[in-house]
Amino acid sequence: MGMTMTEKILAAHSGVPSVRPGEIVDCRVDFAFANDITAPLAIQEFQKMGGEAVFDPDRVAFVLDHYVPNKDIASADQARITREFVRAQGLPHFYDVGRAGIAHVLLAEEGFVGPGDLFVGADSHTCNHGALGAFATGVGSSDLAAALITGRLWLRVPQTLRFVLRGRPRPWVTGKDLVLTIIGMIGVDGARYAAMEFAGDALAFLTMDERFSITNMAVEAGAKNGIMEPDERTLGWIAPRARRPFTVVRSDPDAAYADVRTIEVDSLDPVVAAPSSPGNVVPVREAAGVPVDQCFIGTCTNGRLEDLRMAARILSGRTVHRDTRLLVIPATPAIYRQALEEGLIRIFLDAGAAVSTSTCGPCIGGHMGVLGAGEVCVSTSSRNFVGRMGHRTSRVYLANAAVAAATAVTGRLTHPADVVGEAVPARG
Amino acid sequence: MIRRGRAHVVGHHIDTDVIIPARYLVTADPADLARHAFEDLDPSLREQIGEGDILIAGENFGQGSSREHAPLALRGLGLAAVVAASFARIFYRNAFNVGLPLLECPAAAGGVRDGDVVEVDFGAGTVRNLTRGDLYRGQPIPEFMQRLVDAGGLVGYIRAQRRALQERG
Repeated sequence: MGMTMTEKILAAHSGVPSVRPGEIVDCRVDFAFANDITAPLAIQEFQKMGGEAVFDPDRVAFVLDHYVPNKDIASADQARITREFVRAQGLPHFYDVGRAGIAHVLLAEEGFVGPGDLFVGADSHTCNHGALGAFATGVGSSDLAAALITGRLWLRVPQTLRFVLRGRPRPWVTGKDLVLTIIGMIGVDGARYAAMEFAGDALAFLTMDERFSITNMAVEAGAKNGIMEPDERTLGWIAPRARRPFTVVRSDPDAAYADVRTIEVDSLDPVVAAPSSPGNVVPVREAAGVPVDQCFIGTCTNGRLEDLRMAARILSGRTVHRDTRLLVIPATPAIYRQALEEGLIRIFLDAGAAVSTSTCGPCIGGHMGVLGAGEVCVSTSSRNFVGRMGHRTSRVYLANAAVAAATAVTGRLTHPADVVGEAVPARG
Repeated sequence: MIRRGRAHVVGHHIDTDVIIPARYLVTADPADLARHAFEDLDPSLREQIGEGDILIAGENFGQGSSREHAPLALRGLGLAAVVAASFARIFYRNAFNVGLPLLECPAAAGGVRDGDVVEVDFGAGTVRNLTRGDLYRGQPIPEFMQRLVDAGGLVGYIRAQRRALQERG
């Protein structure tokens, strides 16, 4: 019996020829990271465990992204703990204000993780990196501390659910719509403890940015990891960036799957996840017309360059509705710079949007876009739980960047085609 | 390992943001976090929970973030255990790592009412409802997980392991 790519990566990292779902394996970790919320706790646990040095300074990163630039004294003190630890340990891969971006986008961009790698991060959206054909999963601070000391972590081999995406996506249907559709189909615990493997000819139509959005949200279906087989586009993206040699791993044709689902992509329309669950998915047309106070384009899910390009295409020559505000936060400094050079930032400013330095702030109701009582936001982020972006009575719709931009123009939840027509969005 | 306490019942898909809203994650102190626990679900809930009480929840308890602040906030409230129909993956691991034991038991999630006194036997995987005289059967937790909780979490477990190695060596 063959193995899925998730099983193959776990076997290779635990030094055994094969593994089966349910087995517990002790794995070598290729790379580990923590953010400004999870690092202080991991550092505390690291010290309590008697840790002296991290297992390999070149395989560890700390990224301050949630509360930077620091929003108050408490968050500044929290960041200071990480800054001091990084200095004391002499760690080379540290991303602070000015260089900091949203970790999942930044670490991929910087080439720290490649196909076949085993990557753990103290942040649930670490599964993002599965788009590169890596096994990537989110862990807590204690597990991360153990991994920082030993370079290893025990993992239970997950069952794999295979999602075969078939056909060519219609205009304005993006990777975000595909993953939301799947979560709507299987529910927020539909892939609990499992690997979500995405395959099918539709993937070839998706940019790397769109693919990252898909694996990024695997955790919203309860999955341990999301993963895609590398193709030429993957290799073209990662090869110039990769800092270490990598191994392309593919699932065997006779691999065993707990379930296989086929999604006919060419019949789908853009969707939103309505308040207050990522699984509460409806076509945009069904939710259209809801008055919206704020639109937010950013986060590890959809703050990438393609998202900004798509938003700029809609906002060019138009303005944000007077009853709505629009926040645009490029996910990393490199994306910000590229958006600047392409003239996208000018389009956003001309439209009346607020453009900020990279931060996770609004996505977690932390800072830079907190919602007041009863306010409604259309966000390109990944979670719309009660109180996620602010007051407990505020409401969040999750959507792709085109829907968020079109909504900003009209002030009501809007299908992008109703603002700019049916033109197929450029896919790089 | 057995824990006995008064039950507080919550629903399905209780997420980490509801357990402790991210806006308060500028501290990792369990007592500080407990002051805001469940604020967006029911602000009065944290006042009702006392030392040694047990939370009973529906499906997929702990969905969402990887932040260990969520189980720490529950420990800060004084909760001795959480029994749920099912748990989200990262939360499950984190809870044991911080010394908060969990038991998966759909029957208990359906049968226990607010205020019932329950006795959770983690080794047997059962919940006894002392108020109603019912017994619910769930999934026993592996011995390894029991040792983690006995050691007070992953830190205590690793320290105990190291001590044992040193004594032997």
